[in-house]
Amino acid sequence: MPEQLAYTIEVFLNGLMAGVLYALVALGFVLIYKASGIFNYAQGVMALFAAMTLVGIQNGQVPFAHLINAIFGTDVHGFGWSVHSFVAILLTVVVMIGLAWAVQRFVFRHLVGQEPIILFMATIGLAYFLEGVADLMWGSELKSLDVCAAQGVCLPQGMNSWIDETTFNLFGYGFFIDNLDIVASIVAAILVIGLVMFAQYTKQGRAMRAVADDHQAALSVGVSLNFIWILVWSLAGFVALVAGIMWGAKSGVQFSLSLIALKALPVLMLGGFTSIPGAIVGGLIIGVGEKLFEFLIGAPFLGGATENWFAYMLALLFLVFRPQGLFGERIIERV
Amino acid sequence: MKDQADSYVTEDGRTIGPVVMEMKNITLRFGGVEAIKDISFDIREGEIRAIIGPNGAGKSSMLNVISGFYVPQEGEVWYKGARRPSMKPFEVAQQGIARTFQNIALFEGMSVLDNVMTGRLTHMKTGIFSQALWKGAAEREEIANREVAERIIDFLEIQAIRKTPVSRLPYGLKKRVELARALAAEPSLLLLDEPMAGMNVEEKEDMSRFILDVNDEFGTTIALIEHDMGVVMDLSDRVVVMDYGKKIGDGTPQEVRNNKEVIDAYLGVAHE
Repeated sequence: MPEQLAYTIEVFLNGLMAGVLYALVALGFVLIYKASGIFNYAQGVMALFAAMTLVGIQNGQVPFAHLINAIFGTDVHGFGWSVHSFVAILLTVVVMIGLAWAVQRFVFRHLVGQEPIILFMATIGLAYFLEGVADLMWGSELKSLDVCAAQGVCLPQGMNSWIDETTFNLFGYGFFIDNLDIVASIVAAILVIGLVMFAQYTKQGRAMRAVADDHQAALSVGVSLNFIWILVWSLAGFVALVAGIMWGAKSGVQFSLSLIALKALPVLMLGGFTSIPGAIVGGLIIGVGEKLFEFLIGAPFLGGATENWFAYMLALLFLVFRPQGLFGERIIERV
Repeated sequence: MKDQADSYVTEDGRTIGPVVMEMKNITLRFGGVEAIKDISFDIREGEIRAIIGPNGAGKSSMLNVISGFYVPQEGEVWYKGARRPSMKPFEVAQQGIARTFQNIALFEGMSVLDNVMTGRLTHMKTGIFSQALWKGAAEREEIANREVAERIIDFLEIQAIRKTPVSRLPYGLKKRVELARALAAEPSLLLLDEPMAGMNVEEKEDMSRFILDVNDEFGTTIALIEHDMGVVMDLSDRVVVMDYGKKIGDGTPQEVRNNKEVIDAYLGVAHE
């Protein structure tokens, strides 16, 4: 196999893996947007908050330690234990459900029927509020997140070297794929299949689709909008947790994590704001597109660093030529 | 006048039961506008009750009060012998009151069968976790509810389109699917908001037949709004007539037809 082609395939695969992570973040947006028409700017911060909470619980940190110490003059920092990853994830899910309830109860319940721009502004406020709470709760220093290694629940470490060797024997060129990326792809696939099954085959899923389709009609068949909205925010919180774990494990849990929301925007432009498969395909296209563009055109001809803007350029082209995205509901203006 | 708790048999042999829903002195305002002014009437079990009146008479508002979409400023709603506290529309639906909408509110993205299945939501009791795990009880429940949905689809003769996305259906069929969804809830009171609006003569005849069949077959109590006098007179057991938010007549179609105020409202009389 010619070297150039092999390199290209490797870049392609790595792009797919990066795309999975973009898709995960975009998925959270789609869930909330479909059910309530709210464009949730805070989705990225939710991923940050979830990842910080997970790390905090894992390390046995005392929440609001700084605040407690400042008020009571104490000097507490940690409980002095560490929690098993699995238990910590479950506890974090509970926290995210609590957050979903609070967001619905204290913010959006009072904004039902408002203009989309007002709902959007509320999510911007929510994003900054949540960032502050995360800081206050768990502190602002960079933390490393290691769900796999300590407990050994993930793929055996030898997975990437196995791929490397096998492909070397087959094609005469060894592909390098990060372990974490493989895990992320598998988890994302399970998550998406799970979500689709839930929406398609359960009572709550059916009620969720009903609310996404028509609020009034959903009310008339006995669906509580409030319950469904809490459910959707919980699901989005769960997706945010998964995204937060993956990104956190890749580049550490730090405040810039919330910026992944911005990378999800072009994904949504491509995939459409209302389509779950669209979020996945859009994520993959952006991931592969920016890596391949950088490798084939960006680095040799444009001086590199095209990854920073490629996704947004692509999104702009879509906005001009196909504003509803690849899978979004077609925009038809009836006169 | 018959007593509230009494039953009686109609000329065509159907048994009309005691009062199931009673509206007492309902007044509904939007800002300074009174949409409904001090109206009282009742609905008996098993009857077809019509609310008629010219455009803007407050008929739809009345239906929205019954189904909980509007909350009246004054008056009481009595349902099954007890005063109904202020409720959200979804709670009213859970109490067994199903409805259709004047402008059709279907789930456009779903198939006909899925739409009808949403009507069964109030009958599904399994919790969120067993549902998510999709085992045992949840599965049996799904199958049982599916059977009810299929029976109603057969009854309303929409088997041929059961897998079709609703957005592709013509208007008349959409109306019928909406009726099917409401029926799937096996409601103790079915509210129809202008079930025949915008239909041609043939579609109207079909819809009338279905309404009568539903009432006959399942014994469903039906309250419907219509402004086509002719249709209403043939269908209903008793009629409430509204005009400018006030009740101007109440009784059998025969009684209402001879009511002078009703004739005036419909034919138009110079108001001093």
